[in-house]
Amino acid sequence: MTKKTKTMNLNFGPQHPAAHGVLRLILELDGEVVEKIDPHIGLLHRGTEKLIEHKTYTQALPYFDRLDYVAPMNQEHAFALAIEKLLDIQVPARGQFIRVLFCEIGRILSHLLNVTTQALDVGALTPSLWGFEERETLMTFYERVSGSRLHANYFRPGGVHKDLPIGLTDDILIFCNNFPQIIDDLETLLTDNRIFKQRNVDIGIVSKQEALDHSFSGVMLRGSGIPWDLRKSQPYECYKDFNFKIPVGKNGDCYDRYLCRMEEMRESVNIIKDCIKKMPAGPVKSIDGKITPPKKEDIKNSMEALIHHFKLFSEGFRVPEGEIYTAVEAPKGEFGVYLVSDGSNKPYKCKIRAPGFSHLQAMDYLLKGHMLADVPAVLGSLDIVFGEVDR
Amino acid sequence: MPININDLERIVNSGLGTAIKKSEINFNQLFIDIDLENLISVILFLKTNEKCKFKQLIDITAVDYIEREKRFKIVYLLLSHENNLRIIVNLQTEDKIEIPSINKIFPSANWMEREVFDMYGISFKDHPDLRRILTDYGFEGHPLRKDFPLTGHTEIRYNEANKKIISEPVKLDQEYREFDFESPWEGTKYIKSETEKNIDKNKK
Repeated sequence: MTKKTKTMNLNFGPQHPAAHGVLRLILELDGEVVEKIDPHIGLLHRGTEKLIEHKTYTQALPYFDRLDYVAPMNQEHAFALAIEKLLDIQVPARGQFIRVLFCEIGRILSHLLNVTTQALDVGALTPSLWGFEERETLMTFYERVSGSRLHANYFRPGGVHKDLPIGLTDDILIFCNNFPQIIDDLETLLTDNRIFKQRNVDIGIVSKQEALDHSFSGVMLRGSGIPWDLRKSQPYECYKDFNFKIPVGKNGDCYDRYLCRMEEMRESVNIIKDCIKKMPAGPVKSIDGKITPPKKEDIKNSMEALIHHFKLFSEGFRVPEGEIYTAVEAPKGEFGVYLVSDGSNKPYKCKIRAPGFSHLQAMDYLLKGHMLADVPAVLGSLDIVFGEVDR
Repeated sequence: MPININDLERIVNSGLGTAIKKSEINFNQLFIDIDLENLISVILFLKTNEKCKFKQLIDITAVDYIEREKRFKIVYLLLSHENNLRIIVNLQTEDKIEIPSINKIFPSANWMEREVFDMYGISFKDHPDLRRILTDYGFEGHPLRKDFPLTGHTEIRYNEANKKIISEPVKLDQEYREFDFESPWEGTKYIKSETEKNIDKNKK
């Protein structure tokens, strides 16, 4: 007599604490073993790309904060770089250093959230409580430069919006001196934790070839042993002035990706320290009055500055015709902007390449043959944020 | 031995010959224009050629030039880790023409092609699972087409009487306003040299 088996369909999400947002998975299960996964995304689709086509370049920038809302400034960076390249303008040295400083803060913000919530998904509660306290400190730094904790709108084409307020670098340095201890504490909770290892080691293994085939980037690629980081390989801003290491995994499983993220946070702390030490004085944004808005005091005294201000905040600036793809190493991987300009004050087309999109796509192949309980573990290590996946 | 962008242009042009209609280097990236029938062979060449090594597909997207006869431009972005180079493959196509899917060459093309289908209504031949991806279940139209209004066609709300969510045509109290600014500015190049002169003057 042959035994008949029947698969069961299970609907995971769209509202589920381990889904990291609004993800709906249609799971096909054979007992507890996953046979097939069909992720349904788009539940957070806001039509960002369509909206950007109807806004001036300055107005389009804040949409980038709302993509990966865990590390907002890294997204703005890609868009600002694309515009700068098309306009052929340079960012002054201080502006570049401030950008690097806040990109690395964003990286820590994102990794902290990811590592701790992944731990939460596999049963550890404490890391998230400790980690979120540090995130709060980092977000006050965001608030002090831009006025808001999350949706900063701080990186502008040509530089950054304003110079750092007095005393901010000192406070960031104090944070940098204390933070490695926090990472150590988190590691004592997780790295050698038996349960954490049982849930992550040898789960969701990605080979080198598969990582390439599935368009992985960032930690997903480095976890599988491919030393690739856009900050090193295609340095933008002043990243080539910094000396930092790229942690690379060996086995390509969830645990290696966790270790990579922990190491990257340590490297980011060093970059921030170095950045504050090396930071030159000078303007923080391009002096080209046709691109960047004038200072408030100039508006009071100079007719030309007043006109510039008026024109920039009504018409905006015009970008020469052309198409370009720029990418930055966002915390989650390669975040790119493919921008087509028709010479007007609005982008003709702006395609946002979000790393999470390709990572989530690989869910089916990553989890085939795994147990149902591994789904949140793998999902957590993919580092998915729905703001950027759904756009 | 990594190659640079100029070598790449040479290799691509000699390896693919007439399949390349145009090639140019902008911002250290190679842009090539090809025809629809050569798509598979070009992508396969770029991936498998031992010098090009474009092992990773970064993204697929489309641009809608509504006034042109060949309305859509499909864009393939590829990256070579070994050579640290990027290539952008452009191809012009009309509405209602099927594009061959490159899903067999790059598995990650699956969702990217689905997204292009969802947003622009361009369908792909031999795609294993061509469904909408980002828009809602039962959505009609293709939002990123230039003739699709920003507000969309329908809006949904909860109907208290029927106790369910209903979808109805959009009613706007005010039309979406597109401001047209006629700019007297020609550009920024001539200003750049002038501002630099002014700074020199101020220093004196």
